[in-house]
This record gives sequence, C-alpha cells and structure tokens, in this order.
Amino acid sequence: MAHFTKATSVKDWLNQRLAVEKVEKVMASEYWIPKNINFLWAMGMVLAITFALLLVSGIFLLMYYQPDVKDAFYSVNYTIMRDVDFGWLWRHVHGVAASVVFLIIYIHMFTGIYYGSYKKGREMIWISGMLLFVTFSAEAFSGYMLPWGQMSYWAGMVITNIFSLGGLHMDGLVEWIRGDYVPAQAFLARFFMLHVLLLPLAIMGLIGLHFAALRLPHVNNQDGEEIDFDAESKKYLAGDKAGSKVMRFANDFMSKDMMVVGIYLIFFFYLVFFQYGFALDPVNFDPADGLKTPAHIYPEWYFLWSYEILRPFSVNIGLMAFGFAQVIFMLLPWLDRSPNAVPASRRGAFAVWFWLLLIDMIVLTAMGKLPPEGMFSTIGLVAALAFIVLWVALPFITMNEKKA
Amino acid sequence: MKNKEPLILVVVVAFTLLTYWLVEPYAHSVMHKHVESENFAYADLPALTKSGDAANGKVLVTGAAACIGCHSITKDGIPAGMDAVTAAGSYGVNPPDLSNAGVIYDAKFLADLIKNPAHALNVAHKFDAAKGQMHPMIAFAGAGGDVDQEVADMVAYLQSIAVKAGELTPKMAFEEACGRCHSMKYENWTQIGTKPEYKFEKESLAYDIKVLEYQEALTKYMGKLPPDLSMYFRSRNEHFLSTFIENPQSQLAGTAMPRVGVTAEAAHKVIEHMADAGDTKRHERESVGKNVMIFIIIFAIFALLWKKQVWRDLH
Repeated sequence: MAHFTKATSVKDWLNQRLAVEKVEKVMASEYWIPKNINFLWAMGMVLAITFALLLVSGIFLLMYYQPDVKDAFYSVNYTIMRDVDFGWLWRHVHGVAASVVFLIIYIHMFTGIYYGSYKKGREMIWISGMLLFVTFSAEAFSGYMLPWGQMSYWAGMVITNIFSLGGLHMDGLVEWIRGDYVPAQAFLARFFMLHVLLLPLAIMGLIGLHFAALRLPHVNNQDGEEIDFDAESKKYLAGDKAGSKVMRFANDFMSKDMMVVGIYLIFFFYLVFFQYGFALDPVNFDPADGLKTPAHIYPEWYFLWSYEILRPFSVNIGLMAFGFAQVIFMLLPWLDRSPNAVPASRRGAFAVWFWLLLIDMIVLTAMGKLPPEGMFSTIGLVAALAFIVLWVALPFITMNEKKA
Repeated sequence: MKNKEPLILVVVVAFTLLTYWLVEPYAHSVMHKHVESENFAYADLPALTKSGDAANGKVLVTGAAACIGCHSITKDGIPAGMDAVTAAGSYGVNPPDLSNAGVIYDAKFLADLIKNPAHALNVAHKFDAAKGQMHPMIAFAGAGGDVDQEVADMVAYLQSIAVKAGELTPKMAFEEACGRCHSMKYENWTQIGTKPEYKFEKESLAYDIKVLEYQEALTKYMGKLPPDLSMYFRSRNEHFLSTFIENPQSQLAGTAMPRVGVTAEAAHKVIEHMADAGDTKRHERESVGKNVMIFIIIFAIFALLWKKQVWRDLH
C-alpha cells in the first residue's frame, strides 16, 4: 500500500487518493493542442455538448414515455407535450438535437477527410469515429420508432425489411428482429431497450475510445505541420506562450471551444423554438396505422444519401451498393494511398475528389427525399454510381500523389 | 498567416443551407401539390339575390314537416326528435342543431344547401338518385311562394338567432362544424359530445358504448371512420387545413368528407381550436424561446470575451 500522510488540505487529501493534480494535467492543462487550428476543431466539443443535451433531455422524457403500442403515441403527444410542465421543451430539445448532431457529425467527418486526419497513427481515431457514426445512426433510428407515429411504424417496416437481403429472402431473420410478422409490441419494446440502454452504453464506451485514440498521435492541425509536442510544450511551460506552437487544452483551447459552442447554441435554440419542423416530421404526428401507408416514406435527412444508394437499383444490386456505402468510409485510411497528411487543397487530384464526394452526397441526400420519378430517378442513379466510382478510384488517384 | 476562418464558415453555412433547402422546402413543394386558398368565397355558389325576412323564415324553418323534423334549434326551444345515436342510425350522422348555423356557415352556402344539399356539400359523387341513393337531407322544393325568397328568409332567420360573430368561440366553431364526425380525444370530445366525468366505470363504459354505436353508423355512412383531430395541427400545416376545410375535394379528390361551408372567420376559429388541442404550449414556447435566446446570446458574448482574454497571451 502506498504511504499516506495526514492531509494538509482537501486538495492534498484527494491528491493522495486520486492524483487529481496529475489527472488535471493529463486531461487538461498539459494536454497539448496545436495553435494552428480553426473553429472546425471545436466540433468535438460541440458534439459532446449536443450529446449531453440529448442525454439530459432523454432522461426527462424517459420518466413519462410508455413503451407500449397502445400508449406510446399518447404518452408522447399528450402526456409529454401537454400534461407535463416543459415536457414539450424536452421533446423539442431531444428531437432537434438528434437531427443537428448529425449535421455536426458530418462537418466533423468531412473536416477529418479534408485535413487528412485519419493518417499516420490516427487510424484508430477515424475507426472509432466511424463506429460512433454507426452507433449514433442506430440510436437515431431506434429513437425514431418510439413515438409510434406513422413514420415510426413505416420506417421500421422498411428498414427491418432490408434484413431479408433481397434475393436471399431471409424473412425469418426479419421476423426475428421484429419479434413478430410486422412491427408491433415486441418490436417497440426491444427498440426502446436499445435506445435507452444498450446503444447509449456503446456510444459512451466508444466516446472514451475516440478520446483515447487521440492521445498518442495528438490533434492534427490545419497546415499538415509535423509538430514536436515535447519541445513546443517545454517552450510554453518556460513562459514563451506566444512563441510556442502548442497551447493547453484548458483553458487555452477550451476558451475557443466555448466560444464556438456559444455561437452554436444560438443556432441550436433558434431551431428548438422557432424552426423545428425539419426534425419533428409532421407525418409522425399521425398515430401508427398498419392499414394506411403514407404517400411518401422517407428517412430523416441524415440517412437520405445512403437510402438513395439503395433505391435506384434493382433489389439485389441496390443492397450490395448499400452495403458498400455502409462500410467504405471505415476503410478510408487504407484506400487513401498517399502518405501526405496535409489539407486537401495541397493534394492536387485529391482536392477534386473531396469536393466531388461532398457534392455527390448532397445530391444523393436531395434525391433520397424527392419522389423517385422521372428526372429525379435518373439524377439519383447517376449520383449513386458516381459515389461508387469515386471510392473505387480513390486508391488510384492517391497512389501517385506527389510529396506535398 | 491569413485567417481562413471566415471563408470556412461561409463554405460550411452555404452547404448546410443548400442541403436544408433541397430536403425541406424544395422536396416538400414537389411532394405536396399546392392548393391556392379562395378565402372562403365559394365562388361556384350563386349569390343571394333576395333580402330575407327573419319572421317569415322562422315560420318556414319551424313549420311542421320542415327543418325541425330532423334538426333541433335549442335556442328557440326546439329539442331534437331523437338522441344522437338513434339519429346517426337513421341518417348516418346526427343532423346538426341549427341555433348557430347562421354565424358558422356562409349565407350563400346555407341557401344552396337548403335547395340542393349534395351540391353545396360537394358530395354529389357519393349519391346516385337512379340507384336510390339519396342524400339524407331532403332538398327544399319551396313552400308555395318564390323559392329564392323563401330560402333567403330561412337564412335570415338562422342568422337572426345565432350568437354574434364575436361570441363564437373556437371550441364552439369546432364542435358544431366538425364535431359530429370527428372526435378530438385530447379535448375529451366524442362525436356525441364532451364525455362527462363519471364516478363509476360502468357509467363511463356505457357512454363509450354509445360512442361506438354512433361511430358504427358513421363509418357505414362515410366509408371509414373520420380521423380523430387531436394532433392534426401538428401533422398537417395550417395552409393545408384551411384549404382542406374550404374544399376537401381540392386536396383529396373523391373524399367522402363534405365541404362544410364555414365562413372564413369560423374556419379560422376551427383551426385555432385545433391548435389549442395539438399545439397547446405554442404561446409558452414563444415566450420561453425569446428568453432562452437572450440568455444564450449573453452566454456567447461572455464566451467570446473569455476567449479573447485567454488568447491575448498566445499570439
């Protein structure tokens, strides 16, 4: 056992037992961040804040929500929206945050792609981030089932049908997932469990992994500069704050994080109170009705691009393309053959690839929502093919990239 | 080095707004057909040419074998001939009480309704006289004089007994114009009225059974049970509700729902009642929203000042 002395202060008492000073140094004051980064580097903090908003609002909603097909819609739209004081506020915060969190995730992801932040020892950051994307997607989908409105029911029907895997006709698997022939009580109860327990646990574990993966390779910077963190941090600690290329995580970078968070929250709460329709789809305010298919069934906006990769093809090819789209981002660190970990603007053909991918995904997103008719089907098909071609071409266009 | 942040912000905001515009306003404009409102003018119905005499109208409306054969006028002390459930069993739907018809419904509409119900209600497609399918409301063919004058008199009478427009509450407008076909569970409204608080479950169940019997007749008459409207304010937008009430056929061709013929003012009140049911906390949302925005702007200003202070030493 370690040697304990009589504590001289509360801090000393805690220090002897928990090494709080050491922890504070490791986690904050001597966690070194490069100075040459822009506000896009604050998206991690924005995501953490949004996740906290989701967690807190979710806890309040959980106190009144009833995971029962007879009561679920009522518990959301009457109990929470009308009866419980500020229940509407928690629901709006939860619904809007669930949608906005994906906007920030996409910005965070494309920032990583643009600056090459998945290379040279940062592969695990990318992988854990993509796993977070997958678990967040599952979390969003399972949460969308809970109000048991028309879109919950029919989205649940369509998405679980995907698991029959087209020509393989694995209908037994679909029934096993649903616990019934159609989405019903067993389905709602298990998605409720996934949404409030298993998936949040997985997300919290993965957030831990994501942060841990960042420790050794350090945060990337906007110039692709190789920084000697030991030398630069010594310089900082010696008093040359202005001359050092690095800064403390707290309070130096934290202050900038909070500035971005402040601006983000203005945007966020504006959406919560005044522009929430995009996140709380009107169709889902009709109670689930298995005998009445809505005229247009579409997923939430953040799933539209992958939905549109599934949709323009025949069933089996569509499923293969969809499967491709789900895993391909994960492989980015190896598909990009260039060792250059610098901004895309300095990488020639890769810069073109980056902007084409971004635009293609926006086109896919738009076509995923629009009815698949005439012109829109054609554009959707071309955009889906372009997505596949872009990823297949990536190793070839990065293979011969010049040293930047 | 040049500060790239403003440019990056412009790029992020531009792509975000573009995506938003594509998946929300644009996609919805493609998915849902736009129906222009006609401001409840009912231009297809003939204008009233005669000025009515309420006293004569009263004689016509309350005479034996006239309107009160089926309709109650509680305001003038004329009770319903049968209860709602029995009435629905006979007519498909309980005929409305006429006390406030004069203020809720448009005068042109009432006149046309009296003369040709299926035409005014826009449900001619549901009835074929050759097959013996008649609208349950019998057309008024005249009491011997000038039909147009008589109809104008009847409308004048209905207008004379109705409450003043200002006294018509959103709840009244909804219950009288929509409430005999549509329930509104979140307001405790059933097709046969507001469900009372019962002390004993047996009484409560007895009431529910009456509602079910009424709904059974209504379903037979309409083809399907008209939906509960508790959340319709959130599941449909205001423009949709307004143009749908004005003319259901414009949004949903062939629907069994009749044109209700409400005045613009009454329609406005109906929608307000739907908002009270489906978006109860909208006023609170606006006031809380304003305060939160003020709070968060102050927070952002302090965060900005903190950042400036911390970073002064870093440059």
